[in-house]
Amino acid sequence: MPETVVNTETVAEVQPRRSEWKRFRRVFFQRKVAIFALIIICIMIFTAVFAPWLAPYDPNEQNLSNSMAPPSREHLLGTDRLGIDTFSRLIWGARTALIVGFATAFISAAIGTALGMIAGYFGGVISTVIMRFMDALMGFPMIVLALLLAGVLGSGMQNIIIALTVASVPGYVRLMYGMTLSVKENDYILAQRSIGSSSARTIWKHIFPNALQPMIVMLTSALGGIIMAESGLSFLGVGITAPDVAWGSMVADGFKYLQTYPILSFAPGVCIMLVVFSFNILGDSLRDALDPRLRGTL
Amino acid sequence: MGRLLEVKDLKTYFKTDDGIVKAVDGVSFYIDEQEIVGVVGESGCGKTVTQLSVMQLINRPGRIVGGEIIFEGKNLLEYEQHGPEMRSIRGGKIAMIFQEPMTSLNPVLTLNQQISESLMLHLKMSKEEARKRAIELLGLVGIPSPEERIDDYPHQFSGGMRQRVMIAMGMACNPKILIADEPTTALDVTTQAQLLELMKSMVEQFKSSLVIVTHNLGVVARYAQRIYIMYAGKVVEEGKCKDIFKNPRHPYTVGLLNSVPRLDVEGERLIPIEGLPPNLTQMPPTCAFLPRCPYATEQCRTQPMPELRPVEGEGHKIRCYVDIAEVDNVTVKK
Repeated sequence: MPETVVNTETVAEVQPRRSEWKRFRRVFFQRKVAIFALIIICIMIFTAVFAPWLAPYDPNEQNLSNSMAPPSREHLLGTDRLGIDTFSRLIWGARTALIVGFATAFISAAIGTALGMIAGYFGGVISTVIMRFMDALMGFPMIVLALLLAGVLGSGMQNIIIALTVASVPGYVRLMYGMTLSVKENDYILAQRSIGSSSARTIWKHIFPNALQPMIVMLTSALGGIIMAESGLSFLGVGITAPDVAWGSMVADGFKYLQTYPILSFAPGVCIMLVVFSFNILGDSLRDALDPRLRGTL
Repeated sequence: MGRLLEVKDLKTYFKTDDGIVKAVDGVSFYIDEQEIVGVVGESGCGKTVTQLSVMQLINRPGRIVGGEIIFEGKNLLEYEQHGPEMRSIRGGKIAMIFQEPMTSLNPVLTLNQQISESLMLHLKMSKEEARKRAIELLGLVGIPSPEERIDDYPHQFSGGMRQRVMIAMGMACNPKILIADEPTTALDVTTQAQLLELMKSMVEQFKSSLVIVTHNLGVVARYAQRIYIMYAGKVVEEGKCKDIFKNPRHPYTVGLLNSVPRLDVEGERLIPIEGLPPNLTQMPPTCAFLPRCPYATEQCRTQPMPELRPVEGEGHKIRCYVDIAEVDNVTVKK
């Protein structure tokens, strides 16, 4: 009997790091739908990166003599009112969607994390000012706030990124504020302070890595929402403008011909749906795989 | 042996919804160089808060409202809590070990990162030097094959091993004082003894002083040279270890000693201290121990809280009107 006991102990002590990673992979890849989402996202990223080489035509090259052409071998998804190849526009649209999505998500996550951790760590007046301001921002639905800002700043990719960033920062601030409040109560934070760590060092080296996990999940899930919002703004005409191509504005362009020539709106619509769906699924699966309390759900 | 740290009339209060909690209310104590001092008392009597006050690690709603903390001739309370002077003292001159080894190490960093941190911070070592020193320290505290284990994460260590790591972290910068806040409470008895021996040999080797905060009289009896007994935010008895154990003068100390189980006396009954410690928000003007004191006299009920007064024995003081030595029919187990 004693031998068995010793055995289990050594096993438990030797390889916990690897088994954690294994468990993550197992939970994550168990889901067919997660793999599907991952594949879609990989294809989208590949398309976005290599758009200039993949697209058969220039996405702004007009050919009025060949407008509203049905799908053919030259034009896989046909052409629009100005004779521009729809398939090429879709490919370039992926680039726009992902640039806006990733830029907004990372910038707002960085700002939100910094503000949230500062508010949570220092508390008092600092946290009151930051958190009440964020509460005020949160009072508006994200899309309404982004619409307002985009209207004020004007359209264009850069302004859309700014507008969407401002609209999504409060969520990150709240999340990291809560995480910091709970992590900083741990004894190891007190222990760190007792060896003379400065506040900045404690926040960055000790609180941040321990509060990171839910933020990764939130960031992934938020990507879908951001791309959705960008498409919405573009659809409404306050978003991306030429020469950049956006799926949202393509849907709006094709909207007029919905009954006679639906593919113009449907093709970009399906792309938006697929990307948003994939990012949401990916976020959900990441949460399930990373959070030990939810093991085996979905 | 010179005086290293002297705390005079320290007061740390916590503002709560129920009123002001006087967690530490006029505590004075001192530590000489290379001395081992014990601070004993039951839960919530202010032992830990006293030590955290010395480090200025009191968080809101707590505040140090009065007193002096003289360390190496300077009053630490004149320094800004988050200022550079105080930061260089924390970890550099005064280090602390906490009660819970399981949660006192950051789970996402390797031991190397955590031990090296204070070395790089206070001794301005380079990464490689700090790593070397960290390995040495791990060896000193008795972690086998420290070169391999230095890159492990805390969850790969048991509780006793983690507390050893905490000691290594505490002693990293060769501090003048090591404050051990209930260092063995969360560990099992065999490990306790090993760790106390380890701490004793470490402070002897590094020529540091050690403060052991505990509710376990057995722990201090063996290691401490002097003892402070605390009750409800005040020191109620202080003196040399042997004086206090041979000749306890305060009724609370007597109660504590009577409630320690002993192996060498057969068939004895433990005598608990009746009642509970007072609510720190509603302290009576009289002696705080009065409601639980079996020797209380008329004087105790009418007079305010007594001051510390010297009694027989070098540096032996008690905060009591009654002197147990002069009361008959007192059972003090010896």
